[in-house]
Amino acid sequence: MKRLREAIRENSRNPNAIAYAAMAIAALTFPGISQFATGGNADYLVSLAADSGVFVLLAIGLNVVVGFAGLLDLGYAAFFAIGSYTYGMLASQQLISSPIHHALHVPFWIALVLGTFIAAGAGALLGAPTLRLRGDYLAIVTLGFGEIVPRFFRNMKVWTSGVNGISALDIPTLPFWITGPWANTQLAIEQNFRFVSFNPTAWYVLIIILVVASVIGVNNLYRSRLGRAWMAVREDETAAAAMGVNTVNTKLLAFAIGASFSGFAGAFYGAKLSLVSPDSFGFIVSITILSMVVLGGMGNIPGAMVGALLLYWVLYKFLPDAPQQVAALADNFGFHSLNVITPNWPGIAEFVSRLKFILFGLILVSIMLLRPQGLLPSRLRTQELKRGVHDESAVVTS
Amino acid sequence: MSTDPQAILSLQGVIKRFGGLTAVDQVSFEVPKGQVFALIGPNGAGKTTLFNCITGMHVPTAGRVVFEGRNIAGSKPYKTAQLGIARTFQNIRLFEFMSALDNVKVGEHVRMKAKLWDAIFRTPFAKREEREVTERAMEFLKFVGIERHADNYARNLAYGQQRRLEIARALATEPHLLLLDEPAAGFTPQEKVELMKLVDKIIARGITVFLIEHDMKVVMEVSQRIVVLDHGEKIAEGPPTEVRNNPRVIEAYLGKSA
Repeated sequence: MKRLREAIRENSRNPNAIAYAAMAIAALTFPGISQFATGGNADYLVSLAADSGVFVLLAIGLNVVVGFAGLLDLGYAAFFAIGSYTYGMLASQQLISSPIHHALHVPFWIALVLGTFIAAGAGALLGAPTLRLRGDYLAIVTLGFGEIVPRFFRNMKVWTSGVNGISALDIPTLPFWITGPWANTQLAIEQNFRFVSFNPTAWYVLIIILVVASVIGVNNLYRSRLGRAWMAVREDETAAAAMGVNTVNTKLLAFAIGASFSGFAGAFYGAKLSLVSPDSFGFIVSITILSMVVLGGMGNIPGAMVGALLLYWVLYKFLPDAPQQVAALADNFGFHSLNVITPNWPGIAEFVSRLKFILFGLILVSIMLLRPQGLLPSRLRTQELKRGVHDESAVVTS
Repeated sequence: MSTDPQAILSLQGVIKRFGGLTAVDQVSFEVPKGQVFALIGPNGAGKTTLFNCITGMHVPTAGRVVFEGRNIAGSKPYKTAQLGIARTFQNIRLFEFMSALDNVKVGEHVRMKAKLWDAIFRTPFAKREEREVTERAMEFLKFVGIERHADNYARNLAYGQQRRLEIARALATEPHLLLLDEPAAGFTPQEKVELMKLVDKIIARGITVFLIEHDMKVVMEVSQRIVVLDHGEKIAEGPPTEVRNNPRVIEAYLGKSA
């Protein structure tokens, strides 16, 4: 208890510690509170929260590549696709119609690990020939890779059933599971538990565990020899090489480790949706994840997480709900005429619906104007923006 | 060409061409172990290019660079650092947005053994190594006299401190040979005196120092042996007193007398 109090006092001014604590509390209480607030109809919300966890994982992974190692990756969704397809192909009836005529039913837990390693391998494979490129050139190559991979999966019809995608993926199972009021049921131990889609709380718990494990792992990496090498390469590649850092390997590891996160995020996503389709991994996904990292604070793990959560909820909850909300507001405040559809007026709901992406853009632009360093910046970015990278005055003083 | 066993570094007919321009032309000399060796010459003589050929940043067009008995010409920079050659840069190249302490710890990277596995799971081995590395890094900062600034960003240090930090970072790679590229550039006379003291301390640790310097006072005072380059060619070599009176050297620096 005393130690806890000390820890609180020490970290009460540390924004990262506050963000971690807030996210932990929110994560623990979210299912219970939302079920209570909606009278037990919050399954949809909990499911959405589990999906937002996938994007948190993606943001954590991309932050390693972009934030730590300073390599701009515009095709990050490719690795997400690879993770999803790994699970889709290995854990469904899909491969019966393929040339091997045999359905593999690899258990989810093994597929999760496989997806991780296959995505990491793909990251290394992409990295090996391209990481000699610097800056903008690398970004263009990754952009190309991000376009190629989903198309590749779409065109490999015999293996992936093309545009239709792979559906009816295996349901992950566990020997037992503890359930309780947070999932709207009695406290009990369920045997031979199955992660069915109408039990979002189980998926929610699983993604929380994955996120926590990832944060611990990445945080360890950040403070390790490798994390320092990443930052050294980001700051000055030539000097890093002169200090004995193998820059090519270091960047390759950043790519592979970053990719591995989207690999297992992809496997989780595929399993939860029970569907893998080539349309879910387009350029817009890569850009969304990158925006999450930049918006949250590049190079800072809790920053990337906050950015991911914020953007996800804006994109998938706030904006889709906005038309109805506005229509209801108009009714409540007596502006019924706004909801009347005339040839010149589509109704306020439709109007807002058409404005959705303008709203989204405005939110992004205003955050970047008000906090260019991101919502929760690393100590580094704050300084960089305050002083300007090319400001030499700091060097000459004293 | 025979190699003197007392030499830590031996250049044998090193040539570096950039397109039609020959920056370093047939340069041969030997750097004796445990001494301060200086490379001087007018601007554009090819001094930094030669340093780059030694550390692997350039691949020599021809010739051998023998370090501790093995030819390292064309090795990657990180390899030469692993073998025991460290350097500083003419225009300071620190990791600006990392603390001074972290800069030095990057220098120690090459002597650390923690693997990816250790890093991800923060194994007891990794923890112990981190602790040792931090302690050693502090010692290096103390050695160059900027331990008070351990937590400051490298970019926020004063100019002289940045030069010192670069030396600390280079020393952290535990080199046998330290290349200093114009370490006294932009220094006040007082700072130059301190730098010379620091070079003495480095020599006392058993590290051979090979430096490029423009300030003749510093060079004459600190070095035991000097090589002079002009237009990429070696025009003189010898102890300071001898080189100072060499007519070709005087000509290279002051121009031909009318």
